Amino acid sequence: MTELRDLYQAVILDHNNNPRNYGKLTSANRHAEGVNPLCGDQVNVFFSLDDAWVKEVGFEGRGCAICMASASIMTETVKHLSIEQADQYVTAFCSLAGGEKSEVTEGLDLSTLKVLAGVKAYPARIKCATLAWHTAHSALSKGGARVTTET
Amino acid sequence: MNAPRASAQGAFSPLDVEAVRRDFPALHQQVNDRPLVYLDSGASSQKPDQVIEALNNYERHDHSNVHRGVHTLSQRATEAYEASRTKVQQFINAGSVKEVVFTRGTTEAINLVAQSYGRANLRSDDEVLITEMEHHANIVPWQLLCEQTGAKLKVVPFDDTGVLEMSRLKDQLTEKTRIVAVTHVSNALGTVNPVGQIIQLAHDAGAVVLVDGAQAIPHGPVDVTALECDFYTFSGHKVYGPTGIGVLYGREFLLEAMPPWQGGGDMIKTVSFDETTYNDLPYKFEAGTPHIAGAIGLGAAVDYVAALGPDRIAVHEHQLINYATERANAEKDMQIFGQAPDKAGILSFVLDGIHPHDIGTILDHEGVAIRTGHHCAMPVMTHYGVSATARASFGPYNTIDEIDVLFRAMEKVREMFRQ
Repeated sequence: MTELRDLYQAVILDHNNNPRNYGKLTSANRHAEGVNPLCGDQVNVFFSLDDAWVKEVGFEGRGCAICMASASIMTETVKHLSIEQADQYVTAFCSLAGGEKSEVTEGLDLSTLKVLAGVKAYPARIKCATLAWHTAHSALSKGGARVTTET
Repeated sequence: MNAPRASAQGAFSPLDVEAVRRDFPALHQQVNDRPLVYLDSGASSQKPDQVIEALNNYERHDHSNVHRGVHTLSQRATEAYEASRTKVQQFINAGSVKEVVFTRGTTEAINLVAQSYGRANLRSDDEVLITEMEHHANIVPWQLLCEQTGAKLKVVPFDDTGVLEMSRLKDQLTEKTRIVAVTHVSNALGTVNPVGQIIQLAHDAGAVVLVDGAQAIPHGPVDVTALECDFYTFSGHKVYGPTGIGVLYGREFLLEAMPPWQGGGDMIKTVSFDETTYNDLPYKFEAGTPHIAGAIGLGAAVDYVAALGPDRIAVHEHQLINYATERANAEKDMQIFGQAPDKAGILSFVLDGIHPHDIGTILDHEGVAIRTGHHCAMPVMTHYGVSATARASFGPYNTIDEIDVLFRAMEKVREMFRQ
């Protein structure tokens, strides 16, 4: 159980039970949908962008605890950042979840994201953790192409 | 599939389960430092030594191409391949080996019928009738066919207990219905459908019937002649055989009249640039070098199941599902999907507020293997308004004790989530 608790940390369960920034953002000017067709997980990410900045962010969707907690943590992380910084966090997080070394971590505070690092021991679940982040990247950069974990 | 119901606890299994378990080497291992409890046979079953040995023996000694060479190995391979066809024919009680076509699996068998029989016989405004509980493999091939021919796809619903609504089926079966495609046993709900009755109704309406037997063949006796079905399909890897091999049973006069689906070697008699004549059944539908080892492994698998006795397997699995259902009904936070009176060994469920993937990961930590997700039956998930369920599915090697382990492991799930 101790190892499992590395995956299901109290912080993750808290975000799963009380997701932050949950709900459709009425002021959104960017939106993307992400799906994992293998398991049916689905996340919608909304951004209200002002010039180069993330003014507001919201998400809704359904999925496992890892997927929902990761989406919630993503919104807290990127809120009020510049689009460029937000994208750097996306890259850094996906590397972290995949157990890879990130190239750009300078100036980023990854301490909150590390609660999700336990997922790297569960290869089948890495996609659960990264879905919301890939979806955020799509909304920020491509203006909302549908994201799928399967290509 | 109408095995007598046995009371769950204290019932004596008609199988010597310990002896069965000894035949399956993969069962005897530790997963995450705990004895493996394999409850995912619905996705893919494990293989007995008899199948593994047949594959090994073929690959080590007899491999060559079939139906081609005059040399000894080619003859051995051909004999073993065709002997497997005879085993399958006898196992499902088909009238002739000509009616047994080897395919890659159930999916390919259904696509073959849709593209060959379907495209040759369906016109615009004809109808294909399927059910709401089908696996995607028995939905999408018909959608493709309908796009190609202009035919319409109609869907018979099931009620909330997972029972097919037969009155709706009767209403939807009309003179326009050309094909009825129905699963024998639902992979997501465990429901055993009254396919004999459906076949009679469809025939009275002038339609042919394809039965998806992927979940039925491993778990009880199937007699295609008694059923009078037109097409019956199943996969090797769910009946303790290899992946990549499956069977299409088709009535001879139907297969005879159908155009080939794929072209290539082995499915022809003569080829010239002016005219090609097609081979006899069943080779007309087996283009290219087949999965010879797979067919031989499947032959060994049906021998194994026949020796255990499909009736005895059905009784054993009923004992398991009845016991698992009793235990699940006693859990206040557990919801079961599929409570049909006639049900195979499949328990599909959710725990309140805990996503099935999280259940799957935590159970795996306890050595218990189950399937989580939509089970390639998204319309079933939509029916119940869920995106996924957890599913435990049983085989002849599973025990009442293993179900107890499953429920103990479920306590761990609750501990993890409900502090």
